[in-house]
Amino acid sequence: MNVALSNNKADSVVMKKRKKSIISDVKQNFYLYLLVLPGVLYFLIFKYLPMVGVVVAFQDFNAVKGFFKSEFVGLKNFEYFFTSKDWLIVTWNTVFLNILFLFTGLFFAILIAIVLSEISNKYFKKVTQSLVILPNFISWTLVSMFVFALLSTDIGLINSVLKAFGFIQEGQEISFYSNPDLWVAILVVLKIWKGAGFGSVIYLAAIAGIDQEIYEAAKIDGATRLQCITKITLPQLKTTVVLLTLFGIGDIFQGDLGMIYAIVGDNPNLYQTTDVIDTYVFRMLRQMNDISMSTAIGLYQSLVGLVIVFVTNHLAKKYDSDSAIF
Amino acid sequence: MKSSLENKAIDTFSYLFMIIFSIFCILPFILIISSSVSDEKSVQLTGFALIPKQFSLLAYEVIFQDNTIFTAYRTTIIFTVVGTILCLIITSAMAYAISVKTFTHRNKIAFFVYFTMLFSGGLIPSYLLISKYLGLSDNILVYIVPALVNPFNMFLLRNFFKQIPDSLAESAKIDGANDIYILFKIILPLAKPALATIGLFYGLGFWNEWFTATLYINDKDLYSLQYLIMKVLREVEFMYQLDYMQGVIVDYVKPNNTVKMATAVVTVGPIIFVYPFLQKYFIKGLVVGAVKG
Repeated sequence: MNVALSNNKADSVVMKKRKKSIISDVKQNFYLYLLVLPGVLYFLIFKYLPMVGVVVAFQDFNAVKGFFKSEFVGLKNFEYFFTSKDWLIVTWNTVFLNILFLFTGLFFAILIAIVLSEISNKYFKKVTQSLVILPNFISWTLVSMFVFALLSTDIGLINSVLKAFGFIQEGQEISFYSNPDLWVAILVVLKIWKGAGFGSVIYLAAIAGIDQEIYEAAKIDGATRLQCITKITLPQLKTTVVLLTLFGIGDIFQGDLGMIYAIVGDNPNLYQTTDVIDTYVFRMLRQMNDISMSTAIGLYQSLVGLVIVFVTNHLAKKYDSDSAIF
Repeated sequence: MKSSLENKAIDTFSYLFMIIFSIFCILPFILIISSSVSDEKSVQLTGFALIPKQFSLLAYEVIFQDNTIFTAYRTTIIFTVVGTILCLIITSAMAYAISVKTFTHRNKIAFFVYFTMLFSGGLIPSYLLISKYLGLSDNILVYIVPALVNPFNMFLLRNFFKQIPDSLAESAKIDGANDIYILFKIILPLAKPALATIGLFYGLGFWNEWFTATLYINDKDLYSLQYLIMKVLREVEFMYQLDYMQGVIVDYVKPNNTVKMATAVVTVGPIIFVYPFLQKYFIKGLVVGAVKG
C-alpha cells in the first residue's frame, strides 16, 4: 500500500537537465497543467483553506462578525478544554478503541487470508470470500439498524435467544443501550464484522506473491503443512503487516466518527466508553454551537496526529528503512 | 501418519472457520430481511427472529404508500452517478499528470496532495467554509463537490498509471497527440480494472453517504437514503410525520419496527445486486495498484 512519494533518481536528472523559465515550462506542459488544475483547486479550497480556518481556534468566533472580525482570545479555548475532565476521557477512548480495532482487525484479516489460501475447493473459496467481504460495502447507518435488531432490550434477537435457552428469565433482559461497559466489545466485534474480510484481500495477494519454490523445497525437506504456514507464510507477510500497522498507528488519533456516531448517536449513557474526540467535537458543534472551542479541539487532534505520524515513520526507518512510509 | 492427521486438522479448521465466519457476516442481513416481512404484533410479542413467525408484507405496503423513499432514492442515485463520474474524471486527470515523468513539478504536487492525508483543519473549519462561505447547505452539490478527489484513490491510480509503458504515450506524442487525448484514448482504456476499483470506492462512498446530510441538509427532498435510515431508526416522531405512517393502525398496532427494517432492506438492495459483478474487478485493481506502489 505504498502510496507515498517516490523520489526517482531518474526524475531529478531530468529536472536538472531542463532548468528553464516558468513560461517555457508551462508552454511545454500546458496540457498537463490543465489536467492537474481541477484537482489542485479542489485541494486548495477544500483542504488548505480549512487549515487557514483553524485561526478560529484562537478567536471567540461570532457568526455575525465572521472570520475576519471576531475577537482574538489566545489559548483560552484550549485552556478550557484541557482543564475539563472530558479531554482525558475522549483522548483515552480514541486511542484505546483504535488500538483494539487495529490489532483485532490485523489478527482476523491474516487468519482469514491464511485459512482461505489453505482451502483447495475453488468454488467454496470464492463464495465464502464474497460473503466475508460483503459487509465492507454496507453503511454504518445500516449496521446501526442491525445493532438495534440484535441488541434492543425488549425485542432484540440476542435477548430472545438468551431467554429461549434459559440463560436469563423474563424481566432480566440485558439493556445494552444503557450499559457502557459492554460497548468496547460490541464496537470491536462490529469492526471485525465489517472490515476483516476486506482487510484479508491484501494479505491474500501477498500470500499469492510468495515464491512457490520455497514451499516445494520445504516439502522435499519434510516440512509439514503447519510448519509451512508458521515458518514460511507468516514470516513472508511481515513487511505487509509492518506497513499496514504503521498506517494504522499513524491514524490512531483519528476517531471513527462515521461508525461511532451512526451506532451510538446521542446516547449519553454510553459516552463513558464510546465518546471519541471526533464525536465530542461534533456534539460541541451541534449542541453547544461553540465554534471556537470545537475548532480548538480539532486542531489539538490534528497536531498530535501529525506528530504521531512523524514519530512512527522515524521509528520505522530506524527499524527497517524499507518499512518507512515516506 | 502424523502428517495426514495434521492435514485433516488444518482442512477441517479452515473449512469450519470460513463457514462460521461467513454465517457471522450474513446473519444480520437475514435478520433484517426476515424482520421486515414479519407481522408487527408477533415482533412485539416475541422479538425479531431469523425466520418470520407470522408472514406479513404490510411494512412494504406502508413505505411505498408515499414518495419519501422514492425521493431519497432519486436524490441518492443522482449524486452517486454524477459524483462518481466527476470524481473519476478529475482524479484520473490529476493522477495521470503526476505520473508523467517529464512533468516538472509532479513531486511537489504529489506532496501537496499527500500532506492533506497527514494534517487537516478539522471538521469545523470545513463546516464553516461549506455552509457559511460557499453557501452549499440544502444543495445537492454539497454531496459531490467537497468529496471530489480522495487522495488515497488518486495515489492508487497514479501507481497503476506508472506501470503503463511510457513508450505508448511517447509514440502518440510524436504523432502530434496532446496529453488530454493520450489520457482519454490511450491510458484510460488500459486502466479499466483500476478505474473500476476506484469507481466502486467512490460510488459506494456516495451511496452510503449520510454524514454530509446531518451537517448540511434540512430539506426533506434532499435526504440521502442512508440519512433516511438514520432518521427512521432514531426519531420516532420523524416516522409519524411521514405521510405513510398517518392513519396506518392495524389492530391498534403501528408497524414501527417492521417499517424500520423494511426501509433498511430497500436501501441495501442495489448494493447486494451490483456487488457480485464488481467484485472480480476490484480485487484485481486493488492488488495491482497497491502492491506495486
